[in-house]
Amino acid sequence: MSVFSKILTALRGSAREIGESVVDNNATRIYEQEIHESKAAIAKAKQDLTLVMAQEKAAQREIERLDKEVARYEEHALAALDKTEEKLAEDVAAHIAELETERAAQIKAQAEFAGHIVNLKGLIRTAETRIREHERELAVAKTTESVYRATASISTSMGSSASKLGNARESLDRIKQRHTQMADRMAAAEELDAEFGNKALEKRLADAGIGDTGARKDEVLARLKARRAGNAEAATDEAQAAPADKAAGEQ
Amino acid sequence: METALHQRIQLAGQQLAAVLGAVETERIAGEVEVFRLTVAGREELPIFITQADSQLLCICYVWTERDVQPARRLELLEAMLDLNVAIPLSSFGRIGDKYLLYGALACDAGTDDLVQDLLALSDNAIDALEAMAEYLN
Repeated sequence: MSVFSKILTALRGSAREIGESVVDNNATRIYEQEIHESKAAIAKAKQDLTLVMAQEKAAQREIERLDKEVARYEEHALAALDKTEEKLAEDVAAHIAELETERAAQIKAQAEFAGHIVNLKGLIRTAETRIREHERELAVAKTTESVYRATASISTSMGSSASKLGNARESLDRIKQRHTQMADRMAAAEELDAEFGNKALEKRLADAGIGDTGARKDEVLARLKARRAGNAEAATDEAQAAPADKAAGEQ
Repeated sequence: METALHQRIQLAGQQLAAVLGAVETERIAGEVEVFRLTVAGREELPIFITQADSQLLCICYVWTERDVQPARRLELLEAMLDLNVAIPLSSFGRIGDKYLLYGALACDAGTDDLVQDLLALSDNAIDALEAMAEYLN
């Protein structure tokens, strides 16, 4: 069963009250104990593993040494045979047989150590997986428990405070109303500012033709008219005719 | 005595105030360490912050089972589920009969992360309430 399924089962178990324990405290303790034991088992297994790995390496070295010894004595035995030292060759052969027996034992031991290493590694992996699962389960359970307990505290505090969880729609309406009020107030403040604040003063200055706005338009217009009139006068001088006056008058 | 979490939350509250206006933070009584963060103008939607095992949870209760129109409950639940992934930094949830939006942070999350989460949560809560109002009484 997945962790989440367990929590859902616990939550739907009975008509539970907020603040009531969601997770069986006993189960939580058992989990914690299991995690603790698994961790101890892993520590022990890792210790064993280093020991066995060292032993396996030692056996390997011993095998290599024995291989060399066997080869060396085989050379000696051959040399003895070459010198027809039959008795000596026989003794050397006996020694080689001993070495080979020892080597066979070491090979067997090495294989056993290697097997042991695989087992221990598997054991450690399994234990680590179990710890991870338990820790995850425990985290979910504890979070659920903690959230429910926090909600119990919050519910209690809400009972007496202004932030009591009232009707949701009313809450929304109140918040929106306040936002509207705030917006209204800001608009009103801007209006007030326009009437009495800096803007009002600037407007009065502009009306009086002081500052850089206000009478600017009239100034520009007057300047343009004057230019137009000047041009017209020049045209009149050249043509010696009256229509320029008419054109100026039309403006 | 103020805990490290309390100090971090107060700091986050101060930073949040620069964006949202006055923010009040206080620890509420109870066996679990829970803080309430109230934003001026959003008093109906306070945010609660608590440490739950390996995470910091920022919770905003939005409505209760009582508020839900029984005939439209399934629609509401589906709308919540559909919307859940799209909501920035917060998710819908339910504790007992209370529906909520929450943000989860690692316990060692910095103040900036906390501020970002709280800001999103407060905005999301108002938005969610507005969006789901049609399913509520």
